[in-house]
Amino acid sequence: MSELTYREALNRAMDEEMARDGNVFIIGEEVGEYDGAYKVSKGLLAKYGPERVRDTPIAELGFTGLGVGAAIAGLRPVVEWMTHNFALLALDQVVNNAAKMRQMSGGQLKVPVVFRGPNGPAEYLAAQHSQSFAAYWAHVPGLKVVAPATPADAYGLLKSAIRDDNPVVVLEAEMMYSWKGEVPDHEYLVPIGKANIVREGSDLTLITFSKPLRVTLEAAEALAQKGIQAEVIDLRSIRPLDEETLYASVRKTGRCIVIDEAWPMASVGSHVAWLISKNCFDTLDAQVELVSGEDVPMPYNHGLELLAQPSAPKIIDAAKKVLYREDL
Amino acid sequence: MSSISLNDYPKDTWLRMLKTMQLIRTFEEKAGQMYGLRKIGGFCHLYTGQEAVATGMISALDLEKDYVLTAYRDHGHALACGIDPKAAMAELFGKVTGVSRGKGGSMHFFDAKRHFLGGNGIVGAQIPVATGVAYAQHYQKTGGVTLCFFGDGAFHQGALHESFNLARIWNLPIVYVVENNQWGMGTNWKKVSANPDFAETAKAYSMKGYVCDGLDILDVYQTAQEAVASARNGEPAFIEARTYRYKGHSMSDPQKYRTREEVDAYKQRDAILLLKSRLEAANMLSQEDWDTIVALCETAVDEAVSFAEKSPEPAPGELFTDIFA
Repeated sequence: MSELTYREALNRAMDEEMARDGNVFIIGEEVGEYDGAYKVSKGLLAKYGPERVRDTPIAELGFTGLGVGAAIAGLRPVVEWMTHNFALLALDQVVNNAAKMRQMSGGQLKVPVVFRGPNGPAEYLAAQHSQSFAAYWAHVPGLKVVAPATPADAYGLLKSAIRDDNPVVVLEAEMMYSWKGEVPDHEYLVPIGKANIVREGSDLTLITFSKPLRVTLEAAEALAQKGIQAEVIDLRSIRPLDEETLYASVRKTGRCIVIDEAWPMASVGSHVAWLISKNCFDTLDAQVELVSGEDVPMPYNHGLELLAQPSAPKIIDAAKKVLYREDL
Repeated sequence: MSSISLNDYPKDTWLRMLKTMQLIRTFEEKAGQMYGLRKIGGFCHLYTGQEAVATGMISALDLEKDYVLTAYRDHGHALACGIDPKAAMAELFGKVTGVSRGKGGSMHFFDAKRHFLGGNGIVGAQIPVATGVAYAQHYQKTGGVTLCFFGDGAFHQGALHESFNLARIWNLPIVYVVENNQWGMGTNWKKVSANPDFAETAKAYSMKGYVCDGLDILDVYQTAQEAVASARNGEPAFIEARTYRYKGHSMSDPQKYRTREEVDAYKQRDAILLLKSRLEAANMLSQEDWDTIVALCETAVDEAVSFAEKSPEPAPGELFTDIFA
């Protein structure tokens, strides 16, 4: 085991996959000479050269589409978006080309491309740079979507994404890049489509993904202090979604809160909450609660931006409702 | 007007092109009829009138290593790449024997083996993708070139301008071809172009810009050869092929934006008749030869319709296949 930051874990994954397969290359803004806007690709230009670590102009639509084309012609591009906010300019290429070219060609083409970069609220970045687009990608059949919340999963999921023969969107987070965690020294893959039970418990199930895992674990710890054992599940993969792991947990606990930092309407969180409500209806002892980001554009002011996001107190408030316990 | 003459190439080169153009014409006319009979649904954009562009350009390629991508008016390019008319017609009929197994339809013909990579329904969206295919050719040093077709309506998409820039800064082996049929749906290209000289705009990206007469296949072929050679040597190129479509934008177009006289005037310079009359004048084509070509094309297209009619519908389970590799 080594303690790595999330960014170091991603870097190790790309480094190993580039060494393993000459068709893997990185393309995006500032990925080369600048070492990555968030230093995720640090050192890779020096090691692999400019053909394989390709700095682009600021043209997300162009270089994202280029990644799709390179993939159908036999390469394995890792397209870095400086942030998912800028990826909206490339939405057409992801939704209409990457996700559909295999189906539209009757199964003739493969599109082994990875789109990765930071997603979700950060700090002091205001409305255009602090928002979660998980649902935008998750909505689209033909895409896979993963959201590692720890360095160990960042490493294992990114490696799986690069080896996958389908387009995979990786949701990282600016705030998580410097977070540290234990990562095994040996090479391993984390399979796409498997959720992780991060903490076992029998009284209620907390389901989340990406950065809110941290506040969810804080809430679980606070609840444990009061004698409530929460089971915490990290989705890790949003599409495909590991529904069985979720249902097995909720059938055990009978209570469920979904935590998603995105806006509440038509979100991954609202979809998961609906799935639980429908498929665990007979075993639920309370309504499924959703702790989401507030339904507002993110303000710059720090106090306000914290108020807009899921927090341990908000999760505990939801726990009071599903446990019918005002005393918590 | 082309500076090459028929004698610069073997007779078979021209006869092959004449046959391909006639096959496209026959196929498209039949597709129009089948659409009228409701055998074909949805959006169906016919290539009639523009045959010389796809035929002449693609004739300049080596499809063992080169690739072709285009937009939604894709039947002609597919046939010029050698796609079986049966599989093409079956695709229009939505049958499982279609070139995209009935899932793509008119706008999404694909044949990976013949290096035809679509068939794209979003205006200009194939341009970055084609640029990526050229990136892979460059990266893997295959010696191949990508030919990327689009219409004049695509010229002002950001996707095009971003791609031109990327192709030039990395010197990708790509030839961009705008088939300027003058009408982007119902909008004349001059009305929406700050600079109607597209080749000049390409030069703004330090890219070689050619203009050719898209109705004169000799000019198309010669220009394509120059541009493809340039791209193969690591210098991307751009061609504006001035052409004209005889039919509406799609099957539902009443064509109020142009006059019948305009359409008829272009039909006087029909690309197929132009090559045919030149070959006749050069004693390279007899009436009998021409009759044979016409008959062969009619037979091929009739067989395609028959094949499409008899082919099975996709099984219901096909709804969930071909989505993930």
